[in-house]
This record gives sequence, C-alpha cells and structure tokens, in this order.
Amino acid sequence: MDRTLNNKAWFLVLPVFALVAISAIIPLMTVVNYSVQDTFGNNQFFWVGAEWFVDILHSERFLNALGRNLAFSFTILAIEIPLGIFIALSMPKKGLWVPVCLILMALPLLIPWNVVGTIWQVFGRADIGLLGHSLHALGIDYNYATNAVDAWITIIVMDVWHWTSLVVLLSYAGLVSIPEAYYQAARIDGASKWKVFRYIQLPKMNRVLLIAVLLRFMDSFMIYTEPFVLTGGGPGNSTTFLSIDLVKMAIGQFDLGPAAAMSLVYFLIILLVSWVFFTVMTSLDADAPEKGVQD
Amino acid sequence: MAKITLDKLAHSYLPRPKSDADFALKEIDHVWDDGGAYALLGPSGCGKTTLLNIISGLLVPSKGNILFGEQDVTHLQPEQRNIAQVFQFPVIYDTMTVAENLAFPLVNRRVPKDEISRRVSEMIEILDLGDKAHKKAKGLTADDKQKISLGRGLVRHDVNAILFDEPLTVIDPHMKWQLRTKLKELHRQFEHTMIYVTHDQTEALTFADKVVVMYEGEVVQIGTPEELFDEPAHTFVGYFIGSPGMNVIPADVNGRVAQIGNTKINLQKAYPSLSGNVELGIRPEFIKLTGDDAGLPVQVTSVEDIGRFKIARANINGVTLDTVLPEGGSVPAHPKAIIDPEKINIYKDSHLVKGEA
Repeated sequence: MDRTLNNKAWFLVLPVFALVAISAIIPLMTVVNYSVQDTFGNNQFFWVGAEWFVDILHSERFLNALGRNLAFSFTILAIEIPLGIFIALSMPKKGLWVPVCLILMALPLLIPWNVVGTIWQVFGRADIGLLGHSLHALGIDYNYATNAVDAWITIIVMDVWHWTSLVVLLSYAGLVSIPEAYYQAARIDGASKWKVFRYIQLPKMNRVLLIAVLLRFMDSFMIYTEPFVLTGGGPGNSTTFLSIDLVKMAIGQFDLGPAAAMSLVYFLIILLVSWVFFTVMTSLDADAPEKGVQD
Repeated sequence: MAKITLDKLAHSYLPRPKSDADFALKEIDHVWDDGGAYALLGPSGCGKTTLLNIISGLLVPSKGNILFGEQDVTHLQPEQRNIAQVFQFPVIYDTMTVAENLAFPLVNRRVPKDEISRRVSEMIEILDLGDKAHKKAKGLTADDKQKISLGRGLVRHDVNAILFDEPLTVIDPHMKWQLRTKLKELHRQFEHTMIYVTHDQTEALTFADKVVVMYEGEVVQIGTPEELFDEPAHTFVGYFIGSPGMNVIPADVNGRVAQIGNTKINLQKAYPSLSGNVELGIRPEFIKLTGDDAGLPVQVTSVEDIGRFKIARANINGVTLDTVLPEGGSVPAHPKAIIDPEKINIYKDSHLVKGEA
C-alpha cells in the first residue's frame, strides 16, 4: 500500500517534544553535564571525565546508602507482598462488606508521604505519642531518635501501614477476576485449600503481583520523605538512604559533580530493575496460547 | 457409576417461594439409567444449569432428594459425590504440564504413585495428547484444554457421573465435531453416566441416548431423538427440535375431525371434544405440496433455499405453514397441500393429547 509521506506532520509532534525536552531531557542533560565536570565556584567548570563515577562507585558512603536502600526495599517487599495477598484472600468477595473493605484499604493510600511521616513521628514519641508512651509504660525502651533499630522498625512499619493496601487492592483485583468454574473444578478434583491457592489463585495473580512488586520496589527504592520527616536520616547515618544522601550532598555540601554522578547511578539502577520486570512481564504474555479463547 | 434418581426435585432461588413461577426448576421426578448418555436441552434460562448444579452438588435443592445408586447425596458437597464436570470454559491448572493436570485429582486422593503414572499415561493415549504430555497446559488450544478437563474426570475410574456444561461453546466449529465424536467413543468405552447441558439441538441429538427438553423451569419431555421428533410432548419441543420447527396451528378438534378456519382435516385417532387452547401440530417434513386435485388449496408466499432442501411458506386461509420441498422440487402452479394424517399431533394448552385409535 502506498503511504502518503508528509514531513510537515513532524510539526504536530513538536509541542510534545518541546514539553518533554523542558520537563525531562534538558534537566537530565544538565545532570549529565555536571557529572563530568568540577567547579571551584564563580561558575567556572572544568572537565573531569568519569572521575566522579569512579569515586561514587568506590565510596563507602554511597555503597552503605545503597545497601540500606536494598535492605529496606527487600524487607518491605518480604512483608507487604505476603501480607497483602493474605489480606486480599481474607476479604469478602461479595456483599455489603466489599465496598467497606475497599474504602478502608484505600484510605492509607490517600495520605501524603510527609503527613504519614509526621503522624508516625508524633505517634512514636515517648512523651506525647500513643505508641511511644504505651511502649514505655510496658517497660520497653523505644526511641526512634536515638536507637537505629527502633528507627528502622518505625520506618518499616510506617511503610507497611502506608502501602500494603496497594498490594491488597491489586491482589484483590486479580482474585475476583478468577472465574467461579476454577474453584468448582478444584473442589471436584478434591484439591485442598492450599492447593487451590498454589495452583489456581497464585498463578492467576502472577501478573498483578509482578506489577505490585515493581511499583513497591521502585517506590521504596526512592524513599525520601518518611525518614526525612521522622529522623532526618539518623540516628547517625542509620536511615540515610540514597535519596537523603543525595540531597545532603547536592544541597547541603553543594558537591554538584559527585551528586550528579550519584543521581545518574541511582537512576540507572531503577531503570535496570524496571527493564528486568518489563522483560519478565512480556515473556509471561508470550506464554499465552496463540489461538482459541484464553481461559 | 450409578443410576441417578431425581426424587421430586424442585429449586427456587428465593428463600420463600410462593407461586409456581418462583421456581427456577419445577418439580421433576425421574430415574436416569446407569451408563446412559443424557442431554439437557433448552434455551437460556430454562433451568438446565440449575438442574446440573443440583446434580453436581453446587446447589442444594429447595425440595426433594437426589440419589446416586441407593445413596442419598442431596446434602453432600461436590467433592464427596465422586462426580466429574467439564465446564463451559476450559479449566486447567496453568502452571502444570498436561500429565500433571491429569494426575492432579489422583494425587489429591492419595492414589499410589505407580497407579497414578499408569492411569495418566493410559489417559494421555486415549485423549491423543501423547506429543503434548510434558508441555505446560497453558499454551494449548481450547479443544486440547477441554480434553484435559474431561481427562481429569475419566482418570478417576469410579466416578458416578460426568457432567458437561455446554463444553463446546469455545471450540472452533471444525473441532466441535471431532470432540463430540471422541465423547461418544469414550462413553461407549467407559460406560459412565454422562449428562450434557446444551442449547444446541444438534449437539444434544447426536450425543445423547435420551434428551431431556426443558422449558421455563419444567422438564417438558424426556425421550430418544426419534420420540422428540415424532411425538413432541409439548409445542415447545415441536418448535425447538427440528429445522424448521413444527407448524403449530390453532384448531377445533372434535372426534376424528380437526377444523382450521373453514378447512376440515381428517384425523387418524379419535379425540374427546377439547376446549381451551387447542392446537394442531404437524412437521413441515410431513406436508407435501402437489399440483393434483387432492389436498388443501394453498398460496405459496415465499421459498427459502437452505441447501439440502427448500422451505416453502404456504398460506391456508390466513394461517402460515412451513412445508419442505424435496431437493430439485419446485412449487406447482396450483399448489395443494397434503398433510400426512398419521403425523398430526393435537395439543391442548401446549401439552400433547393422546388420541384413541
């Protein structure tokens, strides 16, 4: 078929291109620009090549923060995914309680990050916070401002409280889309509850669960507001995650070059993980039968 | 394997049904033979799926009992009834291979390992799935998936009955025929009691020894395909079975004479004088159009060629009759209709009235 070629059509793409350029490409290129230069002030820059990247990748400070990020992301995934599935399985599938449960589940998701941080900051205080005060009354020495373990526990509990709902809602959507016939067939085949979960529910949920893991990983890997509000990265450096460190370096110390290099490495890690997930998801799609009605 | 007794079964989805109309399944009282192939046939919403769910144990009937053999299973769960079911959409376990799918019901019932592998390989052979045995079931075509669902029932040698809930809905037309043939073959081989729900008369008539025709929650006739064709017990059966359906014409019947408008037709049997809604039923196959003097004068309004034969729509005193023209036949210049009196059925309030010879 002959196609009409009209290069004027490119003009129609121009506004979008301009928008993307201003919002994403130009800032990113600025960062790239900073990452390969150094300055002693006075707006005078000179070329340093890959030096900042080598520095960053060998700096203990960066590697520690990266380690904390990974530990945090894996911990909350290990809690939120099973917990979310469990809650979704326990939720009613029909009746009046469905909307009630769904609304209750959606509530934490509506609260802004810094508010969540503030809520827990107050909640955990030993003098006026309900949680902190109660724990003290029980004789437990809990103080997120001085004890690194307490700070970690608080941030993890906070994230679980804030975001498990997302996993619940996604899993629930996966669960209710399973046709009733699967459960009937499983009963007739004599399958136990566990086998129904293992061979029907879990396989049917795998797509939504992948999305849940991806979203929760990306989001938790970029965590900033909650630890910043709660402890500002302390006590010591114990809750200084990459994002907090980045801000300290770029705005606190004004080390633009290393900070730019660090943010690019940070960005590439997230890009890599997203790419892995995308590949896995598309390969799952490729498994689907090529003809006939699927399921 | 067992005979199935439906003992005064009825079901309503309402907690306190008041009138007859509240019942999705009106009272049914029947014994189905061990090893029989039954088809439940009827339009959507006629109660056939309700009946099937009562048999499989997904529904407990509001009234009556259901027995497998001598055992009352009315209140037993599906897993306790020892039945198998094939659903409208193929149900397979995605993450398992074909062989694992077939082994699943046996593994759950703790059958010994060597027994499982023997039965599974036997079943794979029967279902012609040999080349796919160790493939993931997820990637198969719909008809192969349906075979697996069926196989999961057949591997359990002792199932009381195998139920089919419109199993060919998602199968490509050319595969439907093959799968149906396979089903018949398996039925002959294993002699399980099979119950097959469908709204497709071809499927029902080719599959079943006995067809149970349902209409508005009521079983209107149980019979062989021939009986359904020759003596429909209800005008609905007449319409529903056959293509085109039976002609049903309002008539006055008295003794051996039926009167349609001004036209009198002699009957083979004697009927008491009937009042109420009396109708005469005659299949289009048994009305012949001739150019001779004998017969009723008709006007042919349209002729439809449907391949093997033609349907001529004829008009007698304002009443429309479908008639079948044989292959190559044409409408005579002055058509007369000859109705085969032996094939006439008389209905009162939609139900068949038996005449006396």
